[in-house]
Amino acid sequence: MLKLICAIIARDLRLAMRRRSDLVSALFFFIIVVSLFPLGVGPEPELLRKLAPGVLWVAALLATMLSLPRLFADDHRDGTLEQLALAPQPLGLIVLGKVLAHWLISGLPLALLAPLLGLQFDLPTDALLMLSVSLLIGTPALSGIGAIGAALTLGVRGGGVLLSLLVLPLYIPVLIFGAGAVDATLTGLGAQAHLSLLGALTLAGVFFAPWPTAAALRIALE
Amino acid sequence: MPGTSINWYRFASPQAFYPLAGRMIPWFWALAAVFGVAGLYLGFLVAPTDAQQGEGYRIIFLHVPASWMSMFIYLVMAFWAGLGLAFNFRLSAMMATALAPTGALFAFLSLWTGALWGKPMWGTWWVWDARLTSELILLFLYVGFIALQSAIDDPRRADKAGAILALVGVVNIPIIYFSVKWWNTLHQGSSVSLTKSPSMATTMLWGMLLCALACWMYAIAVALMRVRMIVLERERQTEWVREVLRGGESA
Repeated sequence: MLKLICAIIARDLRLAMRRRSDLVSALFFFIIVVSLFPLGVGPEPELLRKLAPGVLWVAALLATMLSLPRLFADDHRDGTLEQLALAPQPLGLIVLGKVLAHWLISGLPLALLAPLLGLQFDLPTDALLMLSVSLLIGTPALSGIGAIGAALTLGVRGGGVLLSLLVLPLYIPVLIFGAGAVDATLTGLGAQAHLSLLGALTLAGVFFAPWPTAAALRIALE
Repeated sequence: MPGTSINWYRFASPQAFYPLAGRMIPWFWALAAVFGVAGLYLGFLVAPTDAQQGEGYRIIFLHVPASWMSMFIYLVMAFWAGLGLAFNFRLSAMMATALAPTGALFAFLSLWTGALWGKPMWGTWWVWDARLTSELILLFLYVGFIALQSAIDDPRRADKAGAILALVGVVNIPIIYFSVKWWNTLHQGSSVSLTKSPSMATTMLWGMLLCALACWMYAIAVALMRVRMIVLERERQTEWVREVLRGGESA
């Protein structure tokens, strides 16, 4: 079981490494969106510090969403997905592997990059650290929930816009607790509660999401 | 009468359900009209003026039923969608599709009347309060469901994909609701609850309940009309639909 998941992760990572431009463009999308906000609202450090948690988290949501359509689309196009669905192993496990791989190539880089962008927003050190930690804990949930949307919109016309329509409302709890954790650190309240809830969302999301995703994939493959 | 049981599965076939729905629709319209008139009469002419909010509170007779219905219809929609997914009933999937626009309408009405109510009472059209925000998100979920179904050309696939989305949404609604609630809240507490006696005058409560019943009956009537249209559209290649279209409702 673990071997299957590891094999899927290794395969997806290798594929992603062969096409690094996709990965890098999603990261640059994140950087550009975040950099647009100071240009739009003005450079006052006081205001920027207040906006930073929300802006960085929303940009992370959007960047994650941007890379979601590719989660299954390439495999669907070249027929790999049908082979995976025919495999004797449960499709849910394969989906779990793909979700984890997606997190490694989208969520993890975002979490590592975010503190650097937080500096532009004049965040203090403990808030920068918390930003990274909250993204590390929260982004797996984004990959998990997003996989459901990606599977539902697989091969559907106008899939990209539709995907955002389906997935973004479901992302709201993650956004609230993720940005809330950084905000609580900024105001000195302590982020323990937010982080616990974020962890719960991630565990529930990564654990349960593969089932509806697998069901949606089977529907798409019919 | 014992011994005679109706074969309910018979009505799971669109052909049997179509004339039945046709017979039920006028009744539900009539009930909606009766409840609506009675509720509005109680609400506007009998119910006393509110001590704090004056006459402005009377929008409650549309606002609260619309909010209830928007949430209730989502549950019913998810129920039918799940039934369609689990047992492959074509009709229940059609029912879910037919309910979605009505639910979205009620969610929108609830937000709109809420804004009209909030302006004189809170001094603002919109606040980022827990209930308003979760109602808005509910509207988004309806829109997502409708958009997903209309983007998929194959009706069977649209049914199933929509069903998965509706079920995922049902699981998420409590999570979204509580996350938004802990985030920020201003909306007044619930006025009606099962566990304690209502904090409003009895006539107001009755007016509100009657209006809620009217909205309920309206929702059923409209959903049945819509499901009839969906049946006709999807079964248009069958002989009985051709017959119906040729000569009235004899089928």
